[in-house]
Amino acid sequence: MTNVPIEGILLPDEKHNHESPSNWKEYFSFSTDHKVIGIQYLVTSFFFFLVGGIFAMVMRGELMTPESDLVDRTVYNGMFTMHGTVMLFLWTFPSLVGFANYLVPLMIGARDMAFPRLNAVAFWMVPVVGIIMMGSFFVPGGPAQAGWWSYPPVSLQNPTGNLINGQVLWLLAVAISGVSSIMGAVNFVTTIVKMRAPGMGFFKMPLFVWAVFSAQIIQLFGLPALTAGAVMLLLDLTAGTAFFDPAKGGNPVMFEHYFWFYSHPAVYVIILPIFGIFSEIFPVYSRKPLFGYKVVAVSSILIAVVSGIVWVHHMYVSGTPGWMRLIFMLTTMFVSVPTGIKVFAWVATIWGGKLRLNTPMLFALGALIMFVFAGITGIMLSSVPVDVHVNNTYFVVGHFHYVLYGTVTMGLYAAIYHWFPKMTGRMYSESWGKIHFWLAFIGTNLNFLPMHPLGLQGMLRRVASYAPEYQYWNIIASLGGFLLGMSTLPFIFNMVISWMQGEKAPANPWRAIGLEWLVSSPPPVENFEEIPIIVSEPYGYGKSEPLTANLPE
Amino acid sequence: MKIQKILNILTLLTGAIAVTVTSLWIGKQAYSWLPPQAAAESLLIDDLISFLVTLGSFIFLGVTSTLMYSVIFHRAIKDDFTDGPAIEGNITLEVVWTAIPVLLVLWIAGYSYQVYEQMGIQGPSEIVHLHNPLGMESAYAEPKDAPANTLAEPVEKIDVLAKQWAWVFHYPERDITSTELHLPSDRRIRLALKSQDVLHGFYIPAFRLKQDIIPNHAIDFEFTPIRPGKYRLTDSQYSGTYFATMQANVVVESPEDYQQWLAQAATQKPSVAKNQAASEYAQTSNQSVQTGWVTVPPAAPPLVNSPG
Repeated sequence: MTNVPIEGILLPDEKHNHESPSNWKEYFSFSTDHKVIGIQYLVTSFFFFLVGGIFAMVMRGELMTPESDLVDRTVYNGMFTMHGTVMLFLWTFPSLVGFANYLVPLMIGARDMAFPRLNAVAFWMVPVVGIIMMGSFFVPGGPAQAGWWSYPPVSLQNPTGNLINGQVLWLLAVAISGVSSIMGAVNFVTTIVKMRAPGMGFFKMPLFVWAVFSAQIIQLFGLPALTAGAVMLLLDLTAGTAFFDPAKGGNPVMFEHYFWFYSHPAVYVIILPIFGIFSEIFPVYSRKPLFGYKVVAVSSILIAVVSGIVWVHHMYVSGTPGWMRLIFMLTTMFVSVPTGIKVFAWVATIWGGKLRLNTPMLFALGALIMFVFAGITGIMLSSVPVDVHVNNTYFVVGHFHYVLYGTVTMGLYAAIYHWFPKMTGRMYSESWGKIHFWLAFIGTNLNFLPMHPLGLQGMLRRVASYAPEYQYWNIIASLGGFLLGMSTLPFIFNMVISWMQGEKAPANPWRAIGLEWLVSSPPPVENFEEIPIIVSEPYGYGKSEPLTANLPE
Repeated sequence: MKIQKILNILTLLTGAIAVTVTSLWIGKQAYSWLPPQAAAESLLIDDLISFLVTLGSFIFLGVTSTLMYSVIFHRAIKDDFTDGPAIEGNITLEVVWTAIPVLLVLWIAGYSYQVYEQMGIQGPSEIVHLHNPLGMESAYAEPKDAPANTLAEPVEKIDVLAKQWAWVFHYPERDITSTELHLPSDRRIRLALKSQDVLHGFYIPAFRLKQDIIPNHAIDFEFTPIRPGKYRLTDSQYSGTYFATMQANVVVESPEDYQQWLAQAATQKPSVAKNQAASEYAQTSNQSVQTGWVTVPPAAPPLVNSPG
């Protein structure tokens, strides 16, 4: 690697390095270092990813046969409710916040986040949310069983008669998670607006920062609606108010509006950072500048804006008048325009490059292909007549698992491998990484592709038993699911072994352009000895211009 | 140099033709992925699905084959650590690939709107009080491909009651109740959907039709069955513990058979219908993992003239 000899020059003052977390105990303490918090988020959320994955295995086990014969119906209902909740609120959100925490200050040339203590508090709420969620398994009646949407009146039915029940704990956890995310959003937006290094105008920011910025703006306008809806439902459940309870004159459809007003944009909160990760990874492993940088940057903001007016597409068949169905069909379809711009830009970036198919590139390419597939089924779903047929069927389940596993989780893996040397100062094993990729890629498609024919045939989501004609595709999906579960083993093995005894990583093992690659691996506590002065746009591959005026390239 | 250019164009053309032909073929296959077409609306929806599958396949194959071409032919040679060409963008190209999705979206939305209007499936009557500009008045219009003998005027309104976890159908003219939905073929049907407790969803996959049922809301739903046979009605909106068991038979028959069934059912004394949720609740279940988590007890099995 060409940059190895200059490693010493980057940080002549090596003594700063001793402060970077060399002791694992630091990761269990209240640290205000954004890098420690980033890794805390990542490790915590990965733990919950495994928990949510085990719930999925139980469900796929139940669905191997048409009858409800592996677990009780109540257990099955608890499993899909907790699987959805854990995967969203304890895996995808926090893991991406972890990356944003780790990378944003480094990428914009800041020494830390704007509010380091708030940052730490926001993180420590995540384990609290997790403990409450898991604790609900031990209250009478078990965890919430109303699905991650928790639509009333089902979510208001409380057969145990106890005040403390799974649904109450669920709502409490979701509300706390909302508060934590709002804290994070305030912190990210402030950091990105206020703490950029001199010379870094908005159009010199890396696209990951653009993506985080757009995503966190969605959090600011959307989360209050979800949190309010959750609190109102909690009051209906515990204090006898009648916001949503039809038996007392409330309107359950109102809850659907509160819920989806946030929970659809939430998809973009998750996917935008993944788009940012793609935009960081493709140029490096293609050795080309990102094609159409400015348009790609602006398209993130456009997605954030349009995301605010699409939520009713989840409610086409739930008492929505025709004119509203059609308006939201059009707005929903328009999301494909800025998204399409991004996809074309990535393809053009890769085209004619000098590709290196390292593990991060493999994961990013696999995720991009599965995202294109998910985008196409997404357009189908946005069309009202098609949605009338496939709404609440496995077609939808297949579509969003292509988004959330095929794209988001695979994109997260790409990011973990790509920045692993930076975060740990060690290299991972490339061959184990590739084994992981192929298991995960095959597993994802085996698991989620069969859900599309199942949905077109009319198999509903959230059922513990089904008609025998659906069994064939369900067996394939379950086998794919078990393969997917197994694919995490080489990953865990690789990460643990490499972190302990991997080859030492240089500052910039991928010869990547970006501020985070100018500091040592792992970066010193204060990130930059001297705040960099930015003189050019990011992604200058193939051009020999320097990125900064005062740091060695 | 010139030969190279011609070869490139030929490659591109061959690729484009291959992708187009494959997409058209996949689009044709789409019909075989769907249940039988038992309602007039399903003909319209299936055409739309086939169209979207064709278009989607074209985009998917186009993007992935370009990517695969790069992955195969644009690999860095071992030990070549130089950069690729520093191409940062191309305004014309970017304008074109923004305009194409915009036009596609307008096309898809226009076609979907047309289909939706022809379906005229109605909806929650009390919400649709404004005279909206999009002209939902066409509700009684016949679906495009409906058989010629279809009557535009709906038959008597059938009341559909959903409860945890049973479907009950009431035919008001003869005051008959049933747990099986009998419908005359080639007639416009109008249902009045009601829920006794929680949200439910009325869904017959063979009809491609679905509508949520909301407590305290009167929701009208219209469609035209066209193919005699026995189909499944399922609850499509999660309704609690025994959600999966909330199914019923839908029998589409000739108008004569339908009248005969009505007359025959009218002579029957009401009896208790079979109900899977109630019987599962009464029995200790035989699952291997049991927790004994309490559940909402199912509503009493309905008393009906025709228990199906």
